[in-house]
Parts: sequence; C-alpha cells; structure tokens
Amino acid sequence: MLPVLTSHHLNLMMSDSDRPQLILLRPTREVVMEPLSARFQLLKPWESPLPRDRFFAAHAARARALLVTGLARVDAPLLDALPALRFVITNSVGVDHIDLAECARRGVAVANAGSVYTTDVADYAVGLLVDVLRHVTASNRYVRLGLWPSRGDYPLGFKLRGKRVGIVGLGSIGSEVAKRLEAFSCFISYFSRKRKPSVTYTYFPSVCDLAVASDVLVVTCALTDETYHIIDSDVMSALGKEDGIIINVGRGPLIDEVELVKRLKYGEIAGAGLDVFEYEPIVPKEFFYMDNVVLSHHVAVLTHEAASDLVQLIMANLEAFFSDKPLLSPVSICSL
Amino acid sequence: MESLGVLLTFPMNPYLEEELSRRCKVFRLWQSPPERRQEFIRSNAPAIRAIVGNAYVGADAATIDALPNLEIVASFSVGLDKVDLHKCRERGIRVTNTPDVLTEDVADLAIGLAIALLRRICQADRYVRSGEWDKKGDYRLTTRFSGKTIGIIGLGRIGMAVAKRAEGFGCPISYYSRSEKPNTNYKYYSNLIDLAANCNVLIVACPLTEETRHIVNREVLDALGSKGVLVNIGRGPHVDEPELVAALREGRLGGAALDVYENEPHVPEELFGMDNVVLVPHVGSGTNETRKEMADLVLGNLEAHVMNKPLLTPVV
Repeated sequence: MLPVLTSHHLNLMMSDSDRPQLILLRPTREVVMEPLSARFQLLKPWESPLPRDRFFAAHAARARALLVTGLARVDAPLLDALPALRFVITNSVGVDHIDLAECARRGVAVANAGSVYTTDVADYAVGLLVDVLRHVTASNRYVRLGLWPSRGDYPLGFKLRGKRVGIVGLGSIGSEVAKRLEAFSCFISYFSRKRKPSVTYTYFPSVCDLAVASDVLVVTCALTDETYHIIDSDVMSALGKEDGIIINVGRGPLIDEVELVKRLKYGEIAGAGLDVFEYEPIVPKEFFYMDNVVLSHHVAVLTHEAASDLVQLIMANLEAFFSDKPLLSPVSICSL
Repeated sequence: MESLGVLLTFPMNPYLEEELSRRCKVFRLWQSPPERRQEFIRSNAPAIRAIVGNAYVGADAATIDALPNLEIVASFSVGLDKVDLHKCRERGIRVTNTPDVLTEDVADLAIGLAIALLRRICQADRYVRSGEWDKKGDYRLTTRFSGKTIGIIGLGRIGMAVAKRAEGFGCPISYYSRSEKPNTNYKYYSNLIDLAANCNVLIVACPLTEETRHIVNREVLDALGSKGVLVNIGRGPHVDEPELVAALREGRLGGAALDVYENEPHVPEELFGMDNVVLVPHVGSGTNETRKEMADLVLGNLEAHVMNKPLLTPVV
C-alpha cells in the first residue's frame, strides 16, 4: 500500500526553488505565517546574524515579493536593497508607511488589506461611542474597585437617540459606522473630500462646519499629508460645548493630541474614545487620570475573524501576482 | 398635590426628589437607619398615600400592610419585581411604572456591553492605563461582534429594540418567549435551552416574575457554552448567580456582561479578576435625559391620580 502524502510531506519534498520567495521584515502572527510558509519560502532577516541589507544581498537578490507587517517602512533605501522586488503587500489598509511614488517609479505593485478590517473597525468605533456616552469602561472599573456599595450609583451618562454624529471620512469604514448608528436613532452627517451623491446623510464641505453641527465626531479617514491634524484646535472649538465627544479609529496623527489633552483637561471636550495615538505606543499620561476617555492600543482590527480573512486575502493576492493575474486589493497613488 | 404624603424609598433622582418636595409632603425612607425603618413607616403611616420606589427598594407586602391609606405605588422603573402586585390588586392600590422612555437606553447598553465584552474594550483600556504598552505589545485577537447570532430572552419592547440594533450589525436574531410573536422575521424557540445552544450572545430582556426567576440556570449556561456569552440587562435574579460564577470559573461559559446582580450593589468578587467579564452598576436607564423622563412620568402619574384623571402608565 502506498503511503499517504500529506501537505506537510509535500512541503518537505518541494525544494526551495519550487516555492516562490516571500520576504518578511518582521515576525508576525503564527496564524498568518503558518499558511504562508506552506506555500512560500519565507525570508526572515531577523533570524539572521547579518545586518538586514547584507542578509538581503545574500539571500533575497531574486526575491520578487514582500509582506509588510507592523507598519514597517517601505522606502527608497529598502527598495534599493531589493532589486528584484516587484510586489509589496501590507497587512494594513493605510499605506502611509509605504513610499508609493518610489514603488511606482520602480514598477513595484502594492496591495493592501482591502476591506478585511472594515467590519471590525466599524464595530469598535460604535463600541467606543456607546462606552464613552454610557460609561461602560469607567463604571466597570468602579465596580471592580468595590466602590458601588460604598459610593453608590455611578453618575448618569448620555442618551444616543438624537445625537448628531459627524463622520470624518465617509469611506467604507465610515459608511459602516453610519449604518450601525442609524439603528440607535443618531443623526448622521459627514465630511469627505467630495460629496457622495448616492448617500442621504448631510454633507459638510469642511470638518469645522461638520463639527459645529455635531455632538460626536467619529474619525475614520486615512492619514495623508492633507489630513494630518485634521482634528485641530479650530475643530475642537467648533465641536466644543460640554458634550462634544471625539472617537478616533483612524490614525493618531489625525488629531492634534496635545490640544485634545488640554481640552479634555479643562472640560472643553466632554469625552473621547481613542484606539490610536500620535506617538504610539507612547500615550499622554494625562489621559490616565481621566474617567471620560476610553483608551485602547490600536486593536480595532484585531479579531480572529479578521486575521482569517486577512490570510485568505494575502494568499490570494500573492497567488495572483505570481500567476500574472490582477491583484485583488491593489493600491496606487491615484486611488488615495 | 400638597396634601399627598409620598414615601420615597431611595434617593433615586435629585430632580424627582426636588419636585416631590416642592409639590407634596415627602417621607424619605433611607434617612432612617435600617433598624428604625418599621417605626418610621408606622409613625408616618396616616399621612402616606403614595409610594415612589425603584429597582432597589419597592413596595413589599410588609410595607403595604403598614400603610392603611396607601392609594398608589408609582415606580421609578419599568420592572415591578420589587412591588407586591398581588397585594396591590387585593387592596385596590394603583400601580404605575416607566415603560417606553427607558427602552432605548437599555437596548443601547445591551449592544454596548456585547461589543465591550467580545472586543475586550475594558481590558484594553486597563492595559493602556497600566503604562505597559510601550514596554511590550499585547495584541491578543478578540471576537468579532458583527454577524454573531443574538438570542433574546423576551421579545417585548426592550427585546425588539435590541434586535433592531443588532440587525444593523448583520446579526441573525432568535428569541425565546412565552409565545411566538407575529410579524417578525426572527427565529422563535419554544425552549430556552435550544435557544442558548443555537446562539452566540444570549441577552436577557424579559420581566422578572416567579416563572422567570433563575431562568438562566446551569443547563442554559452549559448550552450557551464556552463559545457563547451572556448579557444581562434584565434583573439579577433572572440568572442563577453562583452557577454563573462557577461556569465562568470553570471555562464552561465564554463570558458575561452584567448590568444587574442578585444582591445589588454587591457583585461576586470572584468576577473582578476575570478578563471575559464586563460589570456595570445597574446603569441600563442611567442617562440624564431618560431619568428626567422617568421622573416626569412618576410626577405625571401622581398628579393624574390626585386629580382623578386616567393614569399615564398604569399596570394595576
């Protein structure tokens, strides 16, 4: 009887030359690395005593594909060190860590995580909003400190119905946030680079105008040169009042963080839900003394389901690249 | 309403208390120490024609018996598990509650609790505040909320509002109720164990009665299982609390988000150390806007009673 060959056996039998090379810059989750290592010859510079560029010269001279994780920078020096590189895939949606112009110049195609994170980021943004308005995290802390019996009921929160929510960037994530909040009877408006005619929400041509008309701002836009500090002092003044709330699930630098800390400290902004920070993982310590902020360490995308969807998308993009087929989630300078 | 003597059982709302003081004669039950309460009630009994209670302290049989001139119990809550309805019916005492005005807040909280639980928002916040983030990254994967099957116990006003919100997240909805509700697309289970076995998030949204006490028992928790989570926005006694703690301790239940407990304000301390638990202190209707509306309903019911007009939200 012939022995049964498993995929494990096949992997061992396949010589390295049968498997295309895939460069990684940093280790990433097993749930991602495992399926990749079955199909590709993974080049892992961190496992080598050689400095990275020497490792690349020795082992990656013919490597055509690179998987970027952890927002590692893909810039001209890196591209110089990988002359055969023709495809970069990042496990993020944002591509501000990738020099797209340099990639375009060298004929290097780029793909991102497409829409695998949209659902979970939208869920998280809604979770943060309800948390801030209804004190979920703060009152959970209160209970766990044993304060309910001694100090009595927790201070009242705020109703969601009728809250005017301004979405900053009505892309796929912003749209999914809006759709969810409609069921909570919130009023949705938005700012976007261009008005979206197919959408019934109220459009505002500037973030300041949006802030004046909003009780809550939910920041879901991409970080670009134009959107750096898009939530600045003027916007915070416009949002102002005592019940203005800011939720950020985009990127830290979208908000002038020093200004936000100041406004929260002086009660000029009522609360915030922040998954991202300007200089993460450094977080302004002033936040730690505030009960009206909810903080998390850039986890809005981190679900088992998204990780599984991501692996499928990465594999599909790599297969497409290596068989000269169209990429599933390509990114170009023009598409930003 | 100046002649109306009102026994206020708990400092439930400053605005309500202020308005009652302005318009009626208020007897504040909590101001006398527990051992003197019977005496306090007895000595003021002739003047007391109304009780305003809440989810913590209502109108039990002993209190009602001690008040021969009691005409109306206006509860600052929608749940009437702390009011002896049988006795009120017997004595012809009117009972009102505060339905509808708090429906949305409770439903909003149910969804907020479910997301906070599955996505570990409270734990992430604790992690960031510990200052550990810039020393080591802890990027555990959590569980997606969208698309999870929601099982609702009790498809009344609050249950329907929870369902409507969950639908916005693409969640399939099932429910258990005494009888199937017409005109919904939701999947009905006539057996709670079956509902628990076939959903990911079980949400308690029914009234607390003799029949529904401990409706979430060990069997239901086991059926919900290590991949399922419980959200209780009903009443503490809906859930067999020691069984819940055991199920969590032993990993037989995936997690729990609780707004209510069997012996509020006391919460089993064993839960404090668990990452798969969210504990909030009965804040379901706890918004400024809703508490004012609830207070206005209580005042409106009392006024209607005094003027012999139809009560706004009578239950008895």
